[in-house]
Amino acid sequence: MNYQQANISDNNFEKCTKCTVCTVYCPVTAVNPDYPGPKQAGPDGERYRLKKPLFYNEALKYCLNCKRCEVACPSNVKIGDIIQAARIKYSAGRPSLRDTMLASTDLMGSMATLAAPLVNGVLGLKPVKKIMDATLKIDCHRTFPKYAGEKFVTWYNRHARESQLALPHKVTYFHGCYVNYNNPQLGRDLLTVMNAVGYGVMLLEKERCCGVAKIANRLVKEATRDAKINLASITTAVDTHKAPVIATSSTCTFTMRDEYPHLLHLDNARVRSSIMLATKFIYELLEKGDIKLVFKPDFRMKVAYHTPCHMEKLGWTFYSTSILRMIPGVELTLLDSRCCGIAGTYGFKKENYAYSQAIGEPLFEQIAEVNPDLVATDCETCRWQIEMSTPYRVENPVTVLAMALDVDATRKANGL
Amino acid sequence: MKFDTVIIGGGLSGLTAGIELARAGRKTAIVSAGQSALHFSSGSMELLGYDAQGAPVEHPLEAVEALPDNHPYKLLGRERMEQLLARVEPLFSATGVKVSGTHERNHWRLTPVGEVKPAWLTIEDYLTLDTPDALPWKHVAVVNIEGFLDFFPRFLARGIERRHTTCHFASVTCDAIRHQRESTTEMRATNIARVVHGESVDQLAAALNAVVPEAEAILMPAVTGFDDFRASRRLRSLVKRPLYFMTTMGTSVPGVRSQIMMQKHFRQLGGAYMLGDTVVKGGYNADGTRLLNVETANFGSDRLEADHFIFAAGSFFSHGLNSTPTGVFEPVLGLDVEAPADRNLWFQKDIFKPQPYMRFGLATDRAMHAKKGGKVIDNIHVVGASLPGADALREGSGAGIALLTALDAADKILNRNINS
Repeated sequence: MNYQQANISDNNFEKCTKCTVCTVYCPVTAVNPDYPGPKQAGPDGERYRLKKPLFYNEALKYCLNCKRCEVACPSNVKIGDIIQAARIKYSAGRPSLRDTMLASTDLMGSMATLAAPLVNGVLGLKPVKKIMDATLKIDCHRTFPKYAGEKFVTWYNRHARESQLALPHKVTYFHGCYVNYNNPQLGRDLLTVMNAVGYGVMLLEKERCCGVAKIANRLVKEATRDAKINLASITTAVDTHKAPVIATSSTCTFTMRDEYPHLLHLDNARVRSSIMLATKFIYELLEKGDIKLVFKPDFRMKVAYHTPCHMEKLGWTFYSTSILRMIPGVELTLLDSRCCGIAGTYGFKKENYAYSQAIGEPLFEQIAEVNPDLVATDCETCRWQIEMSTPYRVENPVTVLAMALDVDATRKANGL
Repeated sequence: MKFDTVIIGGGLSGLTAGIELARAGRKTAIVSAGQSALHFSSGSMELLGYDAQGAPVEHPLEAVEALPDNHPYKLLGRERMEQLLARVEPLFSATGVKVSGTHERNHWRLTPVGEVKPAWLTIEDYLTLDTPDALPWKHVAVVNIEGFLDFFPRFLARGIERRHTTCHFASVTCDAIRHQRESTTEMRATNIARVVHGESVDQLAAALNAVVPEAEAILMPAVTGFDDFRASRRLRSLVKRPLYFMTTMGTSVPGVRSQIMMQKHFRQLGGAYMLGDTVVKGGYNADGTRLLNVETANFGSDRLEADHFIFAAGSFFSHGLNSTPTGVFEPVLGLDVEAPADRNLWFQKDIFKPQPYMRFGLATDRAMHAKKGGKVIDNIHVVGASLPGADALREGSGAGIALLTALDAADKILNRNINS
């Protein structure tokens, strides 16, 4: 019997050799001396917290849950999970009104899309920003993402649902809050691409927010409720269509694959490998020779790809960049993989705003050096951060793919 | 996914092989389970520093003959080593890392505790000595960063004064470091290096120019130049006396920088560097003589297929080897290891005596192909610390083995005529 390995907990914290490699790659440590760093906040602090909860340090709230510590760790210690779990378990008090509002992307999105032009206008007004800064501690420098006038799901039900059924293959799409409330165009782009290669895009029976923002803001009960609904719908979809559930957000994908079991303790083992990014799904179909893409001959674009933190953690940058590289007219630069600083709701909070921008600065500088026509990235909040902090347009790789695709020729090549 | 070569392990040997292959236009992926041992580099690299009796070696190649028969250098042979050695400096130069030194004759490096050790190649801004018993100055200043605890000037000074150079002490800081010092735990060399750029370099240079006027040279901890040489080169150009960096407690700035620069170079050559992923199993052909693909934690059923695989996962420290009280094993592909079954033969109780486990590694044929179940798998090339036969720490041979065996494996894969 291997007595050493029988004593390892789920998050592997006993395997930490104190090498400090995690701190080298922590984006927060470099800018905020109040943050104890991943080693202290994670495995080191955990030893104390297990003895006495009073050793919990509220400065753990500065962790932006990028998981870059975990990617760097040579011993597979789940440092980020240890920190997030400690925040959930030990942090005092209920989450504030602001945190609850920022985290409730579903509710806020539903309300805002009802009166999108008004909400967009009002949230852009300086006096409103000042009031939100003073009362809610939402930083006034932050630009709010624009809400769409028509939800993606509304558009889909009106204009697309029917036509999906006629296509020979099926795949299910987890659109996420961002596509539904802020950027329905990305959802339409995914349909353009998938439809052209013979795939009808289905939606889940019931879709809720993936829960990443609720987990980050310690609304665990609410996140668990949503996660259970998602997992049930995903299971049904996978069983019905014998096909994966694809997403266009690296964070939604990561959350449903890894945070559900690690932080919400929900068993997703049966469907985990079926939850994937659209670029992975498309890449695999292309490699198997199941589909073909034909591009517009005159399409030219200088693209810089930014690797979101949760994409780095998924380890799937290869898929998105490979797909971009397949487009003959694309000149691709892979930017150094580093955090943009926003980390979802983190960068909206007044106490984090300055750190958020300082973390992103090297990325903004590199983008300026490359001077691309467009920055591509798989994360919506990275998009907000880069578009707010630089003059560059940012799009999901699927949108770039849709822009470059010769739809008619692709349909023909796939026998449609 | 299809590649020409998949490399398991992304440290010095994995990256070296990866760069060679990518440069030759081969589709290459590196799978690295976390960051590598390169993060603890001293700033110098060793080819062969000590003989079996522990005496310093002056001419490394001449000492190869006396090594044990299964030592990687013996498998390469002296002639082959010489061919490969000529390619090391250009390799670093292409990644932007400038090194000095020659394999003809070791130089000496000053360690942070004031000892000297033989070295082969040393990064540009580190002090090297031609002889072990003297420094080229009468007065030298050891200048620490205010509040930095991972550097030990008194130890260093003892070694310097033993070499008849007078040692002076001072400390300097700048606004960015003062801000960072508010943290009680995170004032580490690499964290300081992340904030020392731009204006901070000017402030440090001004402070360094003002310390100990009689000192002819300045030694300070390596806390500049996190991911390139811009900050350290600029600091050295602004300081009016010779300025050299000294190794600190790890993680080390030169190590992290080398890792980042090599990784970046590999990616620029078109290589795919998959960090934070782990190989979980391999798929073999019917008779078990060829590895066809590997499954990783992140890619799952989308296996990484390749014609060739390089095993560069290191030894115990990097988890290329593992052990339980009942055996030594290779944890990802279940390859054969060269280690005795009897646990009592693994170690000596006196920790300062040579430890047999240091020489454990993967069992290979003379061409360094891995074995599984006794059969040679001729498309798995074993490189670096995963090879048996060397006690790299004791001999001072780790970097040399990593670099030369990696270049050799790349040549074999590229079918380069190794005799020309």
